[in-house]
Amino acid sequence: MSDQGLGVSVARKEDRRFLLGKGRYTDDVSLPGQAHAVFVRSPHANAVIRGIDASQALQAPGVIAVLTGADVAADDLGGIPCGWTITNKDGSKMVAPPHPALAQGKARHAGDPVAMVIAETRAQAKDAAQLVDVDYDPQPAVAHLNAAVAPGAPQVWDEAPGNVCFDWHLGDPAATEAEFAQAARVVAIDLTNNRIAPNAIEPRAANGHYDDVNDHYTLYTTSQNPHLIRLLMGAFTLKVPEHKLRVVAPDVGGGFGSKIFHYAEELLVLWASRRVGHPVKWTSDRSEAFLSDAHGRDHVSHAELALTADGKFRALRVRTLANMGAYLSTFAPAIPTYLHATLLSGPYVLPAIYAEVKAIFTNTVPVDAVRGAGRPEATYLLERLVDKAARELGIDRVEIRRKNLIQPDQFPYQTPVALQYDVGDYPATLDMALEAIDYGKYAERKAASEQRGKLRGFGISTYIEACGIAPSALVGALGAGAGLYEAATVRVHPTGSVTVFTGTHSHGQGHETTFAQLVNERLGIPVENVEIVHGDTDRIPFGMGTYGSRSAAVGGSAIYKAIDKIVDKGKKIAAHLLEASVADIEFADGKYKVAGTDREKSFGEVAFTAYVPHNYPIETVEPGLEDSAFYDPKNFTFPGGCHLVEVEVDPETGEVDVVDVAIADDVGVIINPMIVDGQAHGGLAHGIGQALLEECVYDADGQLLSGSFMNYTMPRAADLPSFKVGNHVTACTHNPTGIKGVGEVGAIGVPPAVINAVLDALAPLGVTDITMPATPEKVWRAIQAAQGGAA
Amino acid sequence: MATISLQVNGKSHVADVEPRTLLVELLREHLRLTGTHVGCDTSQCGACTVWVDGKSVKSCAMLAVEAEGAAVTTIEGLATNGKLHPMQEAFHTCHGLQCGFCTPGMVMRAAELIQRNPNPTEDEVRHGLEGNLCRCTGYHNIVKAVLTAAETVRGGAQ
Repeated sequence: MSDQGLGVSVARKEDRRFLLGKGRYTDDVSLPGQAHAVFVRSPHANAVIRGIDASQALQAPGVIAVLTGADVAADDLGGIPCGWTITNKDGSKMVAPPHPALAQGKARHAGDPVAMVIAETRAQAKDAAQLVDVDYDPQPAVAHLNAAVAPGAPQVWDEAPGNVCFDWHLGDPAATEAEFAQAARVVAIDLTNNRIAPNAIEPRAANGHYDDVNDHYTLYTTSQNPHLIRLLMGAFTLKVPEHKLRVVAPDVGGGFGSKIFHYAEELLVLWASRRVGHPVKWTSDRSEAFLSDAHGRDHVSHAELALTADGKFRALRVRTLANMGAYLSTFAPAIPTYLHATLLSGPYVLPAIYAEVKAIFTNTVPVDAVRGAGRPEATYLLERLVDKAARELGIDRVEIRRKNLIQPDQFPYQTPVALQYDVGDYPATLDMALEAIDYGKYAERKAASEQRGKLRGFGISTYIEACGIAPSALVGALGAGAGLYEAATVRVHPTGSVTVFTGTHSHGQGHETTFAQLVNERLGIPVENVEIVHGDTDRIPFGMGTYGSRSAAVGGSAIYKAIDKIVDKGKKIAAHLLEASVADIEFADGKYKVAGTDREKSFGEVAFTAYVPHNYPIETVEPGLEDSAFYDPKNFTFPGGCHLVEVEVDPETGEVDVVDVAIADDVGVIINPMIVDGQAHGGLAHGIGQALLEECVYDADGQLLSGSFMNYTMPRAADLPSFKVGNHVTACTHNPTGIKGVGEVGAIGVPPAVINAVLDALAPLGVTDITMPATPEKVWRAIQAAQGGAA
Repeated sequence: MATISLQVNGKSHVADVEPRTLLVELLREHLRLTGTHVGCDTSQCGACTVWVDGKSVKSCAMLAVEAEGAAVTTIEGLATNGKLHPMQEAFHTCHGLQCGFCTPGMVMRAAELIQRNPNPTEDEVRHGLEGNLCRCTGYHNIVKAVLTAAETVRGGAQ
């Protein structure tokens, strides 16, 4: 094994610039003549806009322009498109209302952009934004799912009666009903999956520059997928041909899904630059981010599990309401459907499943993918329900899972909800996690906690996720507007160093290191001699970007595929140099050898010859050593595992302390264990945050009450323990890397383990339910209610 | 406008600023020291942490005029002659950073923390970082980095 190849914790190449303060994030980019934009956003959740008077703002110091929805319409900018169309139960298509870049006639959520003020400095633009006089006529609004589907609820869109965006289903209702009809036991649960804000620490930003001499547009933006943004701007919103449009996503300070989507601000800064003749930069405030970054989750579900008397799962039926917000964000309809309902079999043998999902419009910020996206909702539902079933049937919570897990010899395993899992070993990860947390001594720890006046709880979640998104033909059939392959170009330079151009984007994942390790693994070139280029549509031929834990599994496979082509071409060159037949050339350890002999040429010699073709098969082989590949996945990948959590609850205050977390994941082949562990750590913090701390709280009128870090609780260092992270590898069977993906496992697996632990701790007090986030107040009230006190 | 003079990373600067200009705006926009970041508007996230006269300060919570006569150190001034500070080095070896956005503030805060408390416990480190948010790392490797850097500095002092 190479000391820099697969399985080696190579320290990150990208660290140095960040540690020296020399990273280059979007807001760090300032262009000559830079102007600044600030948005006027609706303070109302639903309001008719009677008029906008910008006269005072236009006279304020430094103001260059004030642009409104009327200007957007006059210049024929396209609405923000939704990239996915869901087909209803009855065969009709979902309701996809218009999404103008600036509100036209009506604002539909608090934070909806109404006007754009452009000034010489940001402070001037902020001052002038206060002077834009918008005449609002507030209308009744609706924010919460159950209120939005109630008779007589305010209508967000006239074309969506009952606020229904789509009414969709998956699975076999007849087979499911038949199982329920003969089930020995049925366990039911009602759950809310709390709405969360993505909160990458770098707020979104966009800097647009229109070059009128060359009629060319450049956008710097905080994006996880610059090519997708260019595609959507070219085809739908800015309507500029792609060769006139460059999108750069430089260093990006975390994404977590929120920077996948095409946002109005990206298109507006470019358009404004064209109008005012300056580059125009917008950088979101944090409070503005809460009102304009797509949120995540926000489901209300009812689920029932049919079991045999001895606890074997027979069938599951689920009804879910999913909040879409006021407009459909880029991937929004896919989240509660193809990334949620398809996961409802979990890691279990579950012969029949029927899921119904209704997506609902409300006067709130759009909801789309946040780390995990649909899969945390499915996992939470299933794992809460399984725990409840164990309690009602009197079966140990570990054992009920063990007896229902898909066994290693059952792969490939076809679920009743469309997915076919290729490989896994769920009993192995279950055992590994139990050992890591020392489950055998749990009773001693519980007793010790009690000695200190604390209630200890143990929580478990065995989970599966689908990532490595996604086979293009499949997602096309399901309603996606794009293919979900990934592209790579591998350029070998004459002296043997390598530049890789990848369509994925690294915003914390460490691709500059891990992708260099892939090259090292295949070509033997030191990672120091490999540069990974990402995030610039002018440098990288194409790509679909980074989300759904796809970069290594799909983007890495594209790199492998391009390397295959290079190795093959090199064989022809080596055969010529070694005066041998191509069929006799083998490539291994960075050397081309004639099989069965000691005659060899190094990869570097072959690369040099490719560019200095003095002795070269020029008639049959082109000079140069560079190739590109598009890799389209054959299936999703299926990471899975077991997450265990121990909590201590203070019965006097309701405070929950996460005292131990041990997880065992199977994320497929691992490039860099240090980075894989780091991804798991971050996901765990995200998941524990959702379970205990985080919530976007809307009042009934659509005002976001937790709209800043003052009142939206982010996980801090002291809220979390150190994590015990283990891996058990089964290699993905259908991609050339064997990689499955790791970016989302923590956010998917751990929330139900946390809540199951809290409920386990509170069980002796008679508490049977708690909603996320399990704040001290909620826990205290639940204890009081169960004890018959005044809650 | 007010004229202020201050030292930043050992270099003297005179700047004309509005009375409302924040220290972080002076650093980022006037001096183009963009290593100091802004992650929130309520002084919660700590991405803007710098040293003012050796003490870690959230530079979004301080007016530029308040820094009159002060010596400010930003992340760009922490390494000496290209050699990383032990805290920067430990963040690298322990994988204490992912996207890098919270990193400058986190490193500045942590480097000051171990100056004040050269031998902190894990719990002291976790509480000592409560003014700095990270969304990527779950803090696990940041805590490890701070403990490692403290050990390195203690070792070097012996």
